[in-house]
Amino acid sequence: MDFLDYMQMSAGQKFLYKFKTFFKNLPSNIGKAFTLLGQKVIKLLNTIVNGFANYGRNFVKGDIFTKLSYVIMGAGSVGHKQIVKGILYFVLEVLYFAFMIGFAVPNGLSQFFTLGTVETHIEKDTWGVQTEIQGDNSMHILLISVMAMIVTIAFFVFYLMNIKSAIAAQETIKAGKKPIGIKKELLIFLDERFHITLLSLPIALILCFTILPIVFTIFMAFTNYDQFHQAPQKLFTWVGFKNFADVFYDNPEKSYTFGKILGWTIIWAFFATFTNYIGGMILALLINKKGIKFKGLWRTLFVITIAVPNFVTLLVMNQLLADQGTLNLTLKDWGLISDSIPFLSDANYARVVVILVNMWIGVPYTMLSTSGILMNIPEDLYESAKIDGANAFQTFMKITLPYMLFVTTPYLISSFVGNINNFNVIFLLTGGEPKSTDYYSGAGKTDLLVTWLYKLTATNKDYNLAAVIGIIIFVICAIASLITYNMSKSAKDEEAFG
Amino acid sequence: MTQAAGEKSYSKKQKTVNIIVYVVLIVMAIIWLLPIVWLVITSFSDQLGPSASFIPKKWTFQNYVNLVTDESFPYWRWFLNTLFVAVISCAISTLFIFMTSYTLSRLRFKWRKRFLNIGLILGMFPGFMSMAAVYAIIEWIGLSQSLFALILVYCAGAAMGYQISKGFFDTISHSLDEAATIDGANKNTIFWKIILPLSKPILVYTALTTFIAPWVDFIFVSYIMKDNRDNYTVAYGLQQMLERENNAKYYTTFFAGSVVVAIPITILFVKMQKYYVEGVTGGAVKG
Repeated sequence: MDFLDYMQMSAGQKFLYKFKTFFKNLPSNIGKAFTLLGQKVIKLLNTIVNGFANYGRNFVKGDIFTKLSYVIMGAGSVGHKQIVKGILYFVLEVLYFAFMIGFAVPNGLSQFFTLGTVETHIEKDTWGVQTEIQGDNSMHILLISVMAMIVTIAFFVFYLMNIKSAIAAQETIKAGKKPIGIKKELLIFLDERFHITLLSLPIALILCFTILPIVFTIFMAFTNYDQFHQAPQKLFTWVGFKNFADVFYDNPEKSYTFGKILGWTIIWAFFATFTNYIGGMILALLINKKGIKFKGLWRTLFVITIAVPNFVTLLVMNQLLADQGTLNLTLKDWGLISDSIPFLSDANYARVVVILVNMWIGVPYTMLSTSGILMNIPEDLYESAKIDGANAFQTFMKITLPYMLFVTTPYLISSFVGNINNFNVIFLLTGGEPKSTDYYSGAGKTDLLVTWLYKLTATNKDYNLAAVIGIIIFVICAIASLITYNMSKSAKDEEAFG
Repeated sequence: MTQAAGEKSYSKKQKTVNIIVYVVLIVMAIIWLLPIVWLVITSFSDQLGPSASFIPKKWTFQNYVNLVTDESFPYWRWFLNTLFVAVISCAISTLFIFMTSYTLSRLRFKWRKRFLNIGLILGMFPGFMSMAAVYAIIEWIGLSQSLFALILVYCAGAAMGYQISKGFFDTISHSLDEAATIDGANKNTIFWKIILPLSKPILVYTALTTFIAPWVDFIFVSYIMKDNRDNYTVAYGLQQMLERENNAKYYTTFFAGSVVVAIPITILFVKMQKYYVEGVTGGAVKG
């Protein structure tokens, strides 16, 4: 098919065509992604090899001070008359080794492969007096080990900087100039190296409170840190890929629960995304229709409903729809029903209700964010449709929807991912209930992967299982993002729609 | 049919269509506003538990009084806790977000692309997946069950939310920086004297979102505070009022508390709305 054929297609055909080519290209695109990944790895290996080669070459080239700074950090700087800088490097080295030798190795790294050998136990002495002997704390051992790894990587960066700066100073002196002093050096951090000044604090905090915990959690997925192995009373240890096997096929209860919850998560994300998308668009079209007055008022009315915090409205809905809630009581009072309608306590009802309530939450959001794009649909498309005698429904299906799908595909995929992770709606409305006896302890029929993850962490204390679920959610999000990236790239490659 | 008659029937048809649209809009507005109206009405009800009618039989102000006087569910204390956490974490988080997004948007350095990718990857992990580890760290540095732990958790991750303000900084012309550099300004001066004054809308947006976040979060609060009821924030405290064992006594108090916290946030949100729309649709079209 060439460009002319493409241009002659109707809006709907164009979308269908793009849709088909996208899925046709998906395998090759994923293949490409892996090749890219492979190239990146090779590049990284090259960098490392080159780095080592440079490392050796510089050592040979370096004068005595530079050579010394390979062992004693800061020696190069002090020897090249950058005293303050050299002292700072040296202090850093001392601190690092003090931390490693005095704390991290004895308390963590040395036991990293066993995660502790002595369990907390009670000992009787010769008179029969019982004393509790505090054993190893596997959790702390793992935590300190991960911390030591991150600190070591950070230290290594400074170590390389130390060598680089020693060589730079050596060259400057060789050229007959004076290396810059500490004051000028610091001024550079307000100019050429301003990015270091701005980023170091945020990055340090992200290292401590995001990266360290994530690495720690990923390690936990390979241990037996569950409700029966709670630190500090009990030890836990490495079990390899057993938890992943459990979740996928090995443990009938866990794998059954996982399969069911994954299935419902996908169904939920699909319906939640599309009901909100279509509903929001229809609402926006209604409000923006020609001849409708008080547009601002209508918009404000719906905006108010999303301005009220989610957790309030969801808890209110939960109270309204409960078995003994106001809605059921009122209906009974009016004599319309004799038994409560199990809005939230029957699995099928609850699943429909969460999707409907999610529409209540999400439709005004979509209305807000799509209004602008809807206004941009070329007017002549509608004009020609009108001349052809299309009614409102046909116009929507043939023009508005394909156009919007075309323009907002990335937005759709990211809201699909958002719905996979939509914790609030499920947790506050149903709490994942109704519970099922077929499911692994505590999980319910409306639980999503994220709410199950929360329950596994907060209630069950099956940290290893929770970590596995977290990793699976990550993989799902990563794949979706890869697709979005490819989609938006292909959208940019071609001319705009229409 | 003459042309005039045709136009007349056309406009008549338009009118009926418009009437249908009005009816649909009115019905939708009622559905959307009903729960909120009910929330406000019930907060004045004198019944303790759920009642069999939407309109209370007797009106009272007692539920609002309970918010201040009740000892075991000290709502006013939670409110002050949240305000404290929100103000501090808003100031620090906004600063961090600005530092990060400005650097990643306008400064060019070797690791920029790599940082952007790392940020993207970290963002794909579910936020509270590593909650247990965060709690262990907090316990370890001796901050468990304290409000400072909450501030630390909110601020430490703040820099990850750089995308929207980075999008804003991307749109500011680079010729401004160049002109200032020629005039002898260093990058520090450019940030404070040139970029920051231009960034008022995104500053307002960032400050508002970071201020609202502690008011609506209950995941980290529930995990960090556990049973320390004095240090709860509003969101988690309110949720606790509805737990089965408290529901009978605190049902209407919950509604009153919800109204009190919803009013300021609603006002802030409506103010923030236009920035929200710009941020979201801008991102959607650009991809």
